[in-house]
Amino acid sequence: MSAVIEKKGGFRAWLNKRLPVDQFMEDQLTGYYAPKNFNIWYFFGSLALLVFVMQIVTGIFITMHFKPGWATAFDSLQYFVREVPYGWLIHPMHAVGASFFFVVVYLHMARALMYGSYKAPRELLWVIGMLIYLALMAEAFMGYVLPNGNMSYWGAQVIINLFGVIPGIGEGLTEWIRGDYGIGDATLTRFFSLHVIAVPFLLALLIALHLVALRQVGSNNPDGIEIKENLGSNGKPVDGIPFHPYYSLKDIVGVGLFLTLFAIVVFFVPTFGGLFLEAPNFEPANPTSTPDHIAPVWYFTPYYAILRAVPDQKLGALLMGLSVAAFLFLPWLDKAKNKSYRYRGILSKLLLGTFFVTFCVLMWLGLKPADGIYVLLARIFTVLYFAFFILLPFVSKADGNGPVPNRVTYNAH
Amino acid sequence: MRTKFTSVLLTLLIGAGAAHASEGGNAGWQRSADNEVANLASLQRGANNFMAYCSGCHSLKYARYSRVAADLKISDELRDQYLVKPGAKFTDYITSSMPEADAVEWFGKLPPDLSLVARSRSPDWIFNFLTTFYADPAARQTGVNNLQLPGTAMPHVLSSLQGVQTVVWKNVETKGSDGKPVVSHQFEKFEPAVVGSLTPAQYDEFVRDTVNFLQYASDPTQVERQSIGIWVVLFLLMFTGIAYMLKKEYWKDVT
Repeated sequence: MSAVIEKKGGFRAWLNKRLPVDQFMEDQLTGYYAPKNFNIWYFFGSLALLVFVMQIVTGIFITMHFKPGWATAFDSLQYFVREVPYGWLIHPMHAVGASFFFVVVYLHMARALMYGSYKAPRELLWVIGMLIYLALMAEAFMGYVLPNGNMSYWGAQVIINLFGVIPGIGEGLTEWIRGDYGIGDATLTRFFSLHVIAVPFLLALLIALHLVALRQVGSNNPDGIEIKENLGSNGKPVDGIPFHPYYSLKDIVGVGLFLTLFAIVVFFVPTFGGLFLEAPNFEPANPTSTPDHIAPVWYFTPYYAILRAVPDQKLGALLMGLSVAAFLFLPWLDKAKNKSYRYRGILSKLLLGTFFVTFCVLMWLGLKPADGIYVLLARIFTVLYFAFFILLPFVSKADGNGPVPNRVTYNAH
Repeated sequence: MRTKFTSVLLTLLIGAGAAHASEGGNAGWQRSADNEVANLASLQRGANNFMAYCSGCHSLKYARYSRVAADLKISDELRDQYLVKPGAKFTDYITSSMPEADAVEWFGKLPPDLSLVARSRSPDWIFNFLTTFYADPAARQTGVNNLQLPGTAMPHVLSSLQGVQTVVWKNVETKGSDGKPVVSHQFEKFEPAVVGSLTPAQYDEFVRDTVNFLQYASDPTQVERQSIGIWVVLFLLMFTGIAYMLKKEYWKDVT
């Protein structure tokens, strides 16, 4: 590499002596070999990064005009949307962007589950990813509270009160979070600070770590085979191709498809039938008027359904926390020899398939009122949700050891 | 595979949105507003209706006269003559004429700002609210009640146009949770009691225009946004097509 640089004169050589630009490109892009058999599920990592950048950029412009606080938040956002040039575009991009962030992250996580991408040596990569997911949940929640709409207010009420069930410190903790006895000006200003500075910084750091860890262990692939174990005469994996130009160009196709869908929603159905922007949030927060039906935004509803499925509030909150945390332990719960579900038995496939369906059903149930048949369903599917994590060690040990090909499955086109 | 996946995803996305939006049953008086927010003539009539019948009590505090006039292609002369309230400047926000203290004393609560009512409720909701006032002796303050918002504090401001109607109820027997029959009142039909200056069809049209204006006011850029959106989507599709061909060209090398 250094020989290449020395041949070049001028600015580029001058720069590279002082800052390893070419070296960095080589390490991260042109010299980073990724398996050649990535399918559509491998778009969502780069798309998550794209949405992150988009949220930062749109957020910067909103921050220029948004005034956090009980009396100013709602009005200043309306001012931004109605009177600031392109505010009508930037605000829906940010609000819809939050939902798309979760769409992309959930698909990214589903990919990891299907192909065993959390298994050794990628345990830490998975754990860092889960920390990103947790930070993202906090970021999304606070962002949802900031405009101080009526659903913001009542949703925040429900979520913050969850911390109150922690024995001993619960009540003090909720006051510490709110900065007041109830949700008010102090809550909104501190959420603004956290939403705009603290959590984005944390997310950027975690994303950087996620990428560094990925470069260290290399990408997994749909076959779950380690391509580094099969090197060619040039010392590069025979089943690998340089990330740039191959995957950089392929990811741009994914970006195009993604942005098309994104634009359709932003320009034509920004509220998405009340799923992305809920109708009660077009009314300012009103502590004396509860919306008919309080539900969090769709990306939190699987956990919300689990919370409400349990009659005892403390136990419900505990199970809710556990349902999120359970993902962290996947690398150690999965005892299979093979990574990818392609080379696991029918039991494993059934177990994972049931889990995906369960997650979606819980998501739907969390949007429904907690009465009648919905409560019963929520209980059944809560049991199924945890059954996945409990059964996984046994099922994976039993039928996750079938024969695996030496080379990845790839049909040239 | 890729295109199939995308179309399935798109169908799911749009289906989920539509399914979520179309919940709620029909009780016989619920109708769809069927307003067209791109219809300028209807919006202009609606703006006129709003200023004449609503703006005495209700504000539209995020909208300026000047912006409304510009969006609805209302000339400066007509704007100053019909839109801008006496004493207000054309660049002002559209505020209510009523002092707050009086409003609370007269109605028991402040008449809400209507800037976002078409989004916090829905155009259909407003349409049904404005068409289902009925005479109810039990409502001592106003003499009327409402099917969409029972117990509303708002008097029937449009009764000179619609007239006054009464509701004919029917008794419906359903089985309660304990298995015993429960008799409940349900709406059967309206009956006119006092005739207004407009025919029922004209009144519906009047309300439709007003609802249309409120939908515009709740999201003033929506029509422009959609017309820009078509070009954005077309550009992105073209971009994706070119990116796909470029990708294919490079990937020929991969064997």
